[in-house]
Amino acid sequence: MIPNQKSANPHALRPRLSFLRRYIFTTDHHVIGLQYLALALVAVAVGSTLSLLMRLHLSWPNLALPFHGPILPEDYLALVTLHGTIMLFFVLTTAPQSGFGNLILPAQIGSRTMAFPLLNAASFWITAAALLTLLMSTFAQGGAAISGWTAYPPLSAVASAGPGQALGMDLWLLSIGLFAIASTIASINTLVTIINLRCDGMTWERLPLTVWGWFTAALLSILAFSVLLAALVLLFCDRHAGTSFFLPAGDLVNGTLHSGGNGSPLLWLHLFWFFGHPEVYIAILPGMGLTSMLLANFSRRKVFAYRTMILTTLLIGFLGILVWGHHMFVAGLNPFAGTAFSISTIAIAIPSTAKVLSWLATTWRSRPHLTTAMLFSLGFVSLFITGGLTGPILAQPILDQYLHNTFFVVAHFHFIMAMAGIFGLFSATYYWFPLVTGRMMSESLGRLHFWGTFLGAYTTFLPMHITGLAAEPRHYAQLTGIPGTAAASLLAHGSIPLQSHITYSAIFLASVQILFFINLIHSSHHGLPATGNPWQATTLEWHPELAPFSDQFASNERIAVVRAPCAYSDTSFQTQWDTGHNPE
Amino acid sequence: MIPLTMPHPVAPHALLSGLFRNLPWPLPQDASAHGPALDLHLFLNLWIALGLFALAHLLLLIGLLRRRSPEPSEDRIWRIEYLPLAALALLFIALAVQAERLWAATRYTGADPAALQVEVTGMQFAWYFRYPGTDATFGTTQPQLVSAAEGNPLGIDPSDPHSHDDLVTSELVLPAGREVDLRLHAQDVIHGFAIPEMRLKQNAVPGQTIHIHFTPTQPGTYAILCTQLCGLGHYRMNANLRVLPPADFAQWIAEKEKAQP
Repeated sequence: MIPNQKSANPHALRPRLSFLRRYIFTTDHHVIGLQYLALALVAVAVGSTLSLLMRLHLSWPNLALPFHGPILPEDYLALVTLHGTIMLFFVLTTAPQSGFGNLILPAQIGSRTMAFPLLNAASFWITAAALLTLLMSTFAQGGAAISGWTAYPPLSAVASAGPGQALGMDLWLLSIGLFAIASTIASINTLVTIINLRCDGMTWERLPLTVWGWFTAALLSILAFSVLLAALVLLFCDRHAGTSFFLPAGDLVNGTLHSGGNGSPLLWLHLFWFFGHPEVYIAILPGMGLTSMLLANFSRRKVFAYRTMILTTLLIGFLGILVWGHHMFVAGLNPFAGTAFSISTIAIAIPSTAKVLSWLATTWRSRPHLTTAMLFSLGFVSLFITGGLTGPILAQPILDQYLHNTFFVVAHFHFIMAMAGIFGLFSATYYWFPLVTGRMMSESLGRLHFWGTFLGAYTTFLPMHITGLAAEPRHYAQLTGIPGTAAASLLAHGSIPLQSHITYSAIFLASVQILFFINLIHSSHHGLPATGNPWQATTLEWHPELAPFSDQFASNERIAVVRAPCAYSDTSFQTQWDTGHNPE
Repeated sequence: MIPLTMPHPVAPHALLSGLFRNLPWPLPQDASAHGPALDLHLFLNLWIALGLFALAHLLLLIGLLRRRSPEPSEDRIWRIEYLPLAALALLFIALAVQAERLWAATRYTGADPAALQVEVTGMQFAWYFRYPGTDATFGTTQPQLVSAAEGNPLGIDPSDPHSHDDLVTSELVLPAGREVDLRLHAQDVIHGFAIPEMRLKQNAVPGQTIHIHFTPTQPGTYAILCTQLCGLGHYRMNANLRVLPPADFAQWIAEKEKAQP
């Protein structure tokens, strides 16, 4: 066991810095990581609240909100847009990639810093400005944008297309533009850090799979966000500079006739999904890496087929760039292109299945330590399987022709991306909490939190497959009381009662998260003191010289690794570095 | 605040009869010629997914419960990982091949030249349908002429002789058993043209004409929905599809033509 370095005065040898310099305008990647995580925590609280409002409205359409009144259709669509945008960008991209990426990544490769500390701080503050801009758009005249997180034009290109499509939409574009810039900078930083700052002996094959996840996600980020940024600029020009990238000649939107050039809305779909699909892998790849490492750590075994795991991570990233058209099977894409994108999409099932098989083999008859972090990793595997299995179904254009934009799709991506992604983040929090605070989170509260969340995730999202198969469309502000007898009877076809069940489950799922917040706050002050390496991990972030907020100026001891991670045996383990006091 | 009673018009018994009528997969009625093959393929996929879901979770659970054994040797990677992977890859390939065959059958080629021609236009927040009339040619439209108040929501150009017998309706009426060739337009933003009972979905995109074709088989009234977020009235943008026996359809269209000014 390594003695906890943090019990000594943690700031003894640090240069004295003011509070602002140390905690706000800092270039310390640990603090920046925590700032990102704090931002993501605010975002996830807001995003979840918005989804609850949507659920409440679907079950009780006449419900009036305090200080607001009833939720109007445009309010509902603003909720849809904000929920999707906040969760995708400011939670699922920010927390794993920038939050834990900053906090843990440098140490895992044996570095004391990120490659570009100042850029790092800049990208955080740009991200914060982006979130603030997005939230402020709620107060714009007409409200927030209503065109969803995918912002298809001409709905997003013409101010008269609906409330929220004037200033609200401009603020949305500004927010996501800022986010894209911040993410591109952050990804360059991540890539340069991984390529240049690995310590001695840290060969590519010895990199923990988490680092491979961050690496692949950063590669995807640079490609995807740069294309998104270009698309956002083009859309902004269509709105304000008289261009016609996405607007066809003669387009007549609510009294506004477009008499300029002849552009194509489908161009936006191509550019957006060229970003949008890699984006979901950006969100999930770090979680896959972490899951692999934690399953191994708590099973006290190597990750089964480590090399294949590296390969499949890269392969998923590579194929992820080639599949954007599967969002467009019924969008006006050439049917032959539909076939091509279908094949590339189903191909992703192969590296994904390989990962699941590896995880099953790693835990098979391992009698792992079922800590909360491990439970969330196992939960990740379960949710990834459940969400993953509907992927090949939706990848078949003939089936997507029925299922597209139904709740079946909502179920699919909430399992594989949203819930699996969040489970990865919970794993990371329970696992690395002692590293940051020197204290353990409460395991009993943690287990309760896990089982509640696991149950809540399934009872909320599983029934959405059923309502989707019953043809229920997403993005509908109301499912009852709509005009049109045939439509009303179709939507009443057995699926609407399930909507109330889903709402109750969602309320349950959200309520359980209170346990997490209590645990987080309580344990950071009153948790049991942690030893230096409480999980007996082998990776470098537990190296006493590299632990966050241990004094990085205390020594310049050379960091070097001598072996790959996951050197466990039934009774002992060997860290990647040699300290002389590892049990052999 | 939340009302204490649930204002749902659906009683619990309706839940049972509605939801479980088509257990386990509660798809609405299938009333198109290509639909049964699609449904069959979908059910096959769903059963396979359910089977793999159960198998994977069983393996995970059994692996966690059984007593500890030495870790699997990487020499067995073929048995543990590559062979199951190959088997699953073959399964996915088989499903994909069948799916592409169905896709090709409905989408690779256009409609039969003898198919009924109907134009569909989506706009915030309504669907309009246009039949070309006895000259079998649609009159031209111009966005400058669009005026719902003057009874010309599509902007049909009255100076085009082909436009005189064009028939514009707010419900889609089709004869059973005859193929229909729909040409989809959108006037303002992207809309999603979907008829769940016809197992059909295709976006209508401004600036483009997109053809889809299908054959309704069962007379009845079905819902046409919008499935692409199109603005604040998206949820209420729907229309009826009325499928009539061929003789009734002939009578309906003759009456409509007669009523034309």
